[in-house]
Amino acid sequence: MTNPVQTLSKSLTVNDNPFMKPVEWLSLLLLAGVILVVLPLALDAFRLNLVGKYLTYAFVALGLVICWGYAGILSLGQGVFFGLGGYCMAMYLKLEASSVENTKIQSTPGIPDFMDWNQITALPWFWTPFKSLPLTLLLVIAVPVAFAFIISVAMFKRRVGGTYFAIITQAIAAILTILIVGQQGFTGGINGITDLRTLNGWDIRTDHAKFILYFVNGGLLIGCILLAQYVKKSKLGRILVAMRDKEDRVRFSGYSVAGFKVFAFCLAAAFAAIGGAMFTLQVGFMSPSFVGIVPSIEMVIYAAVGGRLSLFGAVWGTLLVNFAKTSFSESFPDLWLFGLGALFIAVVLAFPNGLAGIWREHIEPRLTRRAKSLRPPEPIAVPRGVPHGAPAE
Amino acid sequence: MNASILPAALTGAEPAPAPQQDFLLAVEGLTVSFDGFKAVNDVSFYVDPDEIRVIIGPNGAGKTTVLDLICGRTKASAGSIKYKGQELTKLSESAIVQAGVGRKFQTPSIYDDLTVFENLEISFPRGRSVFGALTFKRDAEVRDRIEEIASLIFLKDRLRERAEFLSHGQKQWLEIGMLLIQDPELLMLDEPVAGMSVGERIKTAELLNQIIKGRSVLVIEHDMKFVEDIAHRVTVLHQGKVLSEGSMERVQSDPRVIEVYLGH
Amino acid sequence: MFGDYSIGDLSSIFVMQGFAGLILFSVYVLMALGLAIIFGQMGVINMAHGEFMILGAYVTYLCSSFFQSHLPSLFPIYFFVAMGLAFLASGAMGMLVEWGLIRHLYKRPLDTLLATWGLSLILQQAYRSIFGPREVGVELPSWMMGSVQVTDTIEVQINGLFVMGVTIVITLGVAALIFYSRFGQQIRAVMSNRTMAGAVGIDTERVDRLTFGLGCGIAGIAGSAFTMIGSTGPTSGQLYIVDTFLIVVFGGAASLLGTIASAFSISQTQSTLEFFLSGSMAKVLTLLAVVAILMLRPQGLFTLKVRR
Repeated sequence: MTNPVQTLSKSLTVNDNPFMKPVEWLSLLLLAGVILVVLPLALDAFRLNLVGKYLTYAFVALGLVICWGYAGILSLGQGVFFGLGGYCMAMYLKLEASSVENTKIQSTPGIPDFMDWNQITALPWFWTPFKSLPLTLLLVIAVPVAFAFIISVAMFKRRVGGTYFAIITQAIAAILTILIVGQQGFTGGINGITDLRTLNGWDIRTDHAKFILYFVNGGLLIGCILLAQYVKKSKLGRILVAMRDKEDRVRFSGYSVAGFKVFAFCLAAAFAAIGGAMFTLQVGFMSPSFVGIVPSIEMVIYAAVGGRLSLFGAVWGTLLVNFAKTSFSESFPDLWLFGLGALFIAVVLAFPNGLAGIWREHIEPRLTRRAKSLRPPEPIAVPRGVPHGAPAE
Repeated sequence: MNASILPAALTGAEPAPAPQQDFLLAVEGLTVSFDGFKAVNDVSFYVDPDEIRVIIGPNGAGKTTVLDLICGRTKASAGSIKYKGQELTKLSESAIVQAGVGRKFQTPSIYDDLTVFENLEISFPRGRSVFGALTFKRDAEVRDRIEEIASLIFLKDRLRERAEFLSHGQKQWLEIGMLLIQDPELLMLDEPVAGMSVGERIKTAELLNQIIKGRSVLVIEHDMKFVEDIAHRVTVLHQGKVLSEGSMERVQSDPRVIEVYLGH
Repeated sequence: MFGDYSIGDLSSIFVMQGFAGLILFSVYVLMALGLAIIFGQMGVINMAHGEFMILGAYVTYLCSSFFQSHLPSLFPIYFFVAMGLAFLASGAMGMLVEWGLIRHLYKRPLDTLLATWGLSLILQQAYRSIFGPREVGVELPSWMMGSVQVTDTIEVQINGLFVMGVTIVITLGVAALIFYSRFGQQIRAVMSNRTMAGAVGIDTERVDRLTFGLGCGIAGIAGSAFTMIGSTGPTSGQLYIVDTFLIVVFGGAASLLGTIASAFSISQTQSTLEFFLSGSMAKVLTLLAVVAILMLRPQGLFTLKVRR
């Protein structure tokens, strides 16, 4: 009796909650290797830029892992934050591209071309902060996060959650799309903000610039993964899991549940915003087609395919779905929507924990069984996702 | 309210708020109505420091609702709940917990997805703000306290297991442990021995006798043997109102109580 | 903005806008009714609701073509046949979907949302493959065309009046079904206490399936009615889904009366604003107002205070 207890208390005194387990370090190494070494070596400039575009969606999926997978808050409006981040960046780039010199044929030189086409003669007030790069970089994060903060405080303080929250976020995505499309003169309308050229004098359209932006994007993504990993490993991460499970119990352990939900939602919004800004930089435009209901819910499927509880899974899921989308829509455009629809259903019905779940349930046990003779097993419990094939009522 | 049920400390004192300082918990005129139906109707009672008070009453008498009201889960329609002179009806649930009120639910309410260790850790009263939780360190103080509590609740050798795999009784103990680590001054337990085996029941009574030292406890229980063992005083609720109050013998001999509750 | 109009003109405009709002209201009510039954009674979010509606619209379109070419003598009354068929088609598909998909997900409402979204994508692509990407319209029988002159300046379209009539009949029918029939009693019993309802011998799985089918069937009727005032394309359903969800939530999810009241206030606000602003701004302001009110009062317009 005394012996096992003693060994247990000994093992408790060593660091039993490391920042990353060995297998997680390996996953990170693998992901970083593929993104930063293998793909740049293997792909041509066009394809690499395409991967860079996909990886900007991975920021959104990463945020959804924290917000949906861990905290249980499903947002169907992540496109709003992706779009706001992207628009903030695009507004800066557009102003730089609309110098008086470049736009001298307009009736009002010095303002973006679409404003001129819509008989607007002066720069609207909300465009002026985007003349400054430092301010723009701040606003890229601050605007979406502030917006997310207002929405989430209003909803979570009143204990609104679940499907109800999902519907409201979806409505907000719809409203913002209609607004952007309707206010052509201020936003560029349905075409979005296009014809972006330079970032503080540096031409972002060249292959070389795109190559560098790809690495900036990849680096930021790894940074966000590490940040998310820190959150997940902190007590806050465990509180999110606890909250998803028994919200009331957390409340009666002395935590203000709303505050934690607001944090998770705002973090997800910040990640999405970074993704949006990097999208604008790499692809060279931003349009309302990335804000609305359809892209927002599609981004949820990236996280779902990767595994809603897996940070690395979110990135792999995003890449996988987008590769499939690109190759399918090139050869069989009709089939793609059938495939995507089936993917939604399959992931929910058959693989609720996505690729990461398949890995954990089928591949990892085999690996550990082989390694078992070498090392003792990891005792820390992994938070469980959705019960596999939950029974019908 | 009937003056005779008030404890001696209040009789003779002026109806000013000052004497309430003597009570740990003073519930006065508490009323809540759900769509016209008064689940709790003008309930008043007072709990002294270190007192163990048991609330009994038939199903639907409003016992659980009274606990819900005290811990802020349900908002009162009227009346006041003063804890150490502080009005609880205006506070949020988390603020009430931080003031020193702990609550155990009727069905075991623990986090299935986390280990026993993590369950206890979440209840440790430090790092309760968002920032605090982000920077929380699992230091020696936390570990020692968790191990101490774990041995008290008979779960010391199961700290690393997922709470989901515990038996019903062990889950109840874990929840009691989660409350203990909060170290509340007022502990509220909703049917702590319900659904337990005889062996677990004895162990739980033993556990409760240990943990009630140095704090006030408010218990809802149906098991009369258990109530007799632990109660200092008993409050009987019936149809949302206080029917009787006093020592166990006195309550048991009250003809109204016999009629509605004990008689059958 | 009022300067150019006389008082008489203005009041006519308000009546006409009000009438336009009433048509919108009718479509909203028909769509929201089905959704309110499914969401309110079962707690299930059906993102494919719009596609069930479009199914009804396509059934109506097929009926219109069929009667035109094969039964021209009965053409004036084909709408009634089409509505019945639309109800049956959407209802049958609804029951199939409940059996194949929804019943596995009753404990995971957020996942239901994703799965039904997948379903909606599949249905949209199926419509596109079968009926083509272009919008189709139905031929109205001659008695439904034209308008009724109420005063010199006010006239109302007959097809609009017909849609309103259909809405009133369907709404009364649903209310009667839920509140006075044995089936309605069973629905309410299952929704308020599933275990108990099962214990007293109600086949809860059957009730679930029929309830879901009923909601989808009503969506089919909504789609059928919709063809009388607009054309139908593969993605038309998606255009209305957000509005419809907001209506149901705004009305207070468990209340039919709330659904009707909220459909009324939203449609009237929108059509009135549309007169003064551009269509898109009217929609933005209306939806924003609804979202803002929901943030302040998340339980919607009509709810009861119950013990949680």
